[in-house]
Amino acid sequence: MSNIGRSMPRIDARAKVAGTEKYSVDYYSPNFLWAGVKRAGIPHAVIKGIEVESARKIPGVIDVLTYKDVRGSNRQGVVRKDQPVLADDRVRHCGDALALVIAEDKETINRALEQVVLDYDPLPAVFDPEDALKPDAPLVHEDNRSFFDIMEKLGLKPGSPFVQEDNPEKNLLLKGSLSTGDAKKAFNECNAVVKACFEVPFQEHAYLETEAGWAVLNKEGTLEIVCSTQTPFRDRTEVAEAIGIEQERIRIIAPYCGGAFGGKDGITVQSLLALAALRCPGRPVKMWWNREESFVSSAKRHRARLYYRLGAKPDGRFHALEARIYYDTGPYDHLGGVVMALGLEHSGGPYRIPNTDLKAWSVYTNNPVGGAFRGFGVVQATAAMEQMVDMLAVKLGISPLELRLCNTLKKGDKNPIGVTMTGSTGIEDCLRSLKNTPLWKDRENWKASAGQFKRRGTGIAAVMQGMGYGPVVPDIGNARIELTEDGKFRVYCGVVDMGQGNATTYAQIACEVLNQDISNMELVLPDTSRTLPSGSASASRTTYTFGNAVIGAAEILKERIVNRANELSPDGTGDDMALIPGGVRNVLTGEEISLAEIVVLLDDADRKVTFHFQAPVSNESPSQDPILRLHGVPHVVFSFGAHAACVELDELTGRIEVKKYIAVTDCGRIINPQLFEQQMHGGIAQGIGYALMEELVVEDGVINTRDLATYVIPGAMDIPDMDSVTVDSYEKTGPFGLKGAGEISCNGPLAAIANALADACGVRVFRLPMIPERVLAELHNNK
Amino acid sequence: MKISFILNGNDTCIDVAPDKRVIDVLREDLGLTGTKEACGSGECGACTVLSDGETRLSCLMVAAQLQGKNLVTIEGIGSENALHPIQEAFIEHGAVQCGFCTPGMVLSTLALLKTNPSPSREEIREGISGNLCRCTGYQKIVDAISAAAVRMGGQDK
Repeated sequence: MSNIGRSMPRIDARAKVAGTEKYSVDYYSPNFLWAGVKRAGIPHAVIKGIEVESARKIPGVIDVLTYKDVRGSNRQGVVRKDQPVLADDRVRHCGDALALVIAEDKETINRALEQVVLDYDPLPAVFDPEDALKPDAPLVHEDNRSFFDIMEKLGLKPGSPFVQEDNPEKNLLLKGSLSTGDAKKAFNECNAVVKACFEVPFQEHAYLETEAGWAVLNKEGTLEIVCSTQTPFRDRTEVAEAIGIEQERIRIIAPYCGGAFGGKDGITVQSLLALAALRCPGRPVKMWWNREESFVSSAKRHRARLYYRLGAKPDGRFHALEARIYYDTGPYDHLGGVVMALGLEHSGGPYRIPNTDLKAWSVYTNNPVGGAFRGFGVVQATAAMEQMVDMLAVKLGISPLELRLCNTLKKGDKNPIGVTMTGSTGIEDCLRSLKNTPLWKDRENWKASAGQFKRRGTGIAAVMQGMGYGPVVPDIGNARIELTEDGKFRVYCGVVDMGQGNATTYAQIACEVLNQDISNMELVLPDTSRTLPSGSASASRTTYTFGNAVIGAAEILKERIVNRANELSPDGTGDDMALIPGGVRNVLTGEEISLAEIVVLLDDADRKVTFHFQAPVSNESPSQDPILRLHGVPHVVFSFGAHAACVELDELTGRIEVKKYIAVTDCGRIINPQLFEQQMHGGIAQGIGYALMEELVVEDGVINTRDLATYVIPGAMDIPDMDSVTVDSYEKTGPFGLKGAGEISCNGPLAAIANALADACGVRVFRLPMIPERVLAELHNNK
Repeated sequence: MKISFILNGNDTCIDVAPDKRVIDVLREDLGLTGTKEACGSGECGACTVLSDGETRLSCLMVAAQLQGKNLVTIEGIGSENALHPIQEAFIEHGAVQCGFCTPGMVLSTLALLKTNPSPSREEIREGISGNLCRCTGYQKIVDAISAAAVRMGGQDK
């Protein structure tokens, strides 16, 4: 039976359900030291001094380190390295790390942290991305050179068209501009135009396992770090530079994460642990942020303000779109430029729009750090665009589903940034499939069935998500598979499994090629000393890219095993041998040899195979702007989906409940339906939280919701049963036809729910989330 | 302070500070790391244990409260080779993703099915409403609990 298209429980489920899986937090030893961090607690200041002497004197404290103890660049980050490991000249947000305490036990850490005192001069701060772009705004980075640094790397000198020395936007991390046709002129040719501004909030990842790990400098001088991360190989380079030791001396081991969702796409505890371990050779040091510290210092989904204008011809054809998107990236580049670029690329949705004028900014502020989070900038853009489409539908008097259908991209069309859709493009199929569901067909009955003081409505959203790193940064996977001495297949996973189940999918893919049972597979999780660099667990690329590499490695290994077996057959020249579960069989004689017997006949080098895969890139360039290309524009493979939500509004309280939800998705051919559904359900649930309840309250840079009692994420009563449906689709570049599924589902809920609310009562909440008081206020305004 | 209690069916005596949190006693002193901490303030349910058969949050309990109690952690429910039907159902129905909430979910399920062997989906949702999960959207957890209830002799609802 084929392994592809078959639900198979994840391999790690058994240990996880028994409580025996060892996460980064689950290591203890009597000789462990603990490390903890003093956080700034103020949004912007000049550091005059950090007083650590009294903390150092506390019994049990091994040492207290500040920036003065950091030998390397003391800067980390992926594109622009602008985040200090330990703050030196300035505090730029409340979560900045000031001092690192190493002590014999946790209690001592807490006592010592209280004794660390910051001597500082407060600075004026900026908390709004548009304010931050004004010429007189306080500077978050006094020497903001990001723009010029990046341009220099690209070989562009100041004075060239993209590098203006007199750029007045001093707090700019990155901006981008894409256009097609002539939007300005086209708006005058439209018969219906809608215009709106949306504010979407920060969103906390709220992975259950907060940031954690442990590190030790061993006798050989190697620094070993075990930590919860999506990016062990990239971390290694960053840590080496930041703390000033050779990369070759660092080994990073990445167990299964207890959730990550983008929040561990980058450094959290790594450099701090490395500093602590270097200070105490031979002693392992553990760090585990508590929930409050996680809230205060981790990156969030970017808060954003989006100004949209969409116009159409009388028949509903979209004719012009204008978007201006401001992403609040906080003080550091936690992939904030790349998030902006992806959001910009997706800002027009899965539609044909001949005239577009799209601009986005990623802006430094003194707020919490904005960073990578499932959806990666696309969630924000979709929240706006998909509400615009519904607003236009009302204006035109066309059904929102029909309006979408008459504008959807088909293969060969140019998308809103002018790039041709060359891969599988199933958005029309998704919408047509949705159109035939009872949920959509019965929407008038649903609306009419509301009880007293209730309103009911149905809303939809069309979504898309590009996969991988784009045209410049190589999106590569390096798979290694070996036939072990006891006749099993060992798959070396180069990409982290943060809970998506990709490690299982890699095994499943190898099973398919090698014709094995899953019980004959072993997995090695990412480890910079054992597995090969294969990029991050992000960008909906994990199974697409590494899965292709696994196929390549498995095919070579299969060929080697079968060839060796053929050599052993009586005539030594035949091709009668076939790989079967656990062995090789002569298809003519029925004679079998076990894999354990075969392996001793293979050279050591022959039983280990590596395969390199690089994802395809677009040949088109929507912009002359080299910065946008560097930051990933354009993509070439996209997943698509059509979502629908049925909601019930309580008119007395303003509370919205999602009663039914369906997602129809084109992610190519599905390898493991159970794991795929998990991704759909989980993303929808996070999207429902983002739409209705999750609000990080930040006042003057201070987060006031620092626990799960005040920052409420959905519980079991808040999420309805969801339907996940797929359309027949095959992506020819994907492993067995697959496209990425990790992110797309979280793009739909906000707009689908907002459109359902509008369907129910004619009201929209432009400042998200749609918490009861805002809904009530809009209901009253509408009366 | 010496504290005697039953832990996963075994008589246990430990000598720890009476105000040490039970989650720390379990994880640090007894090596039982299946019990997870995710909030430390009683909001998420990841550290759920059973004390005399009832769910308790081990991050809000101190060691002295263990005296004379019958405590069950995830390690006392089943082993990898001999799983409890609830655990089997969680695997089969895809209720496990990152797995960090799973031990607490399993213990809450056990307590739920003891008081209500045939819960409806709504009752299941209510029964696990104190356990947060950020990965699954809960649906497959509800599926698993429904199936486990039937497997354990409850009625299909």
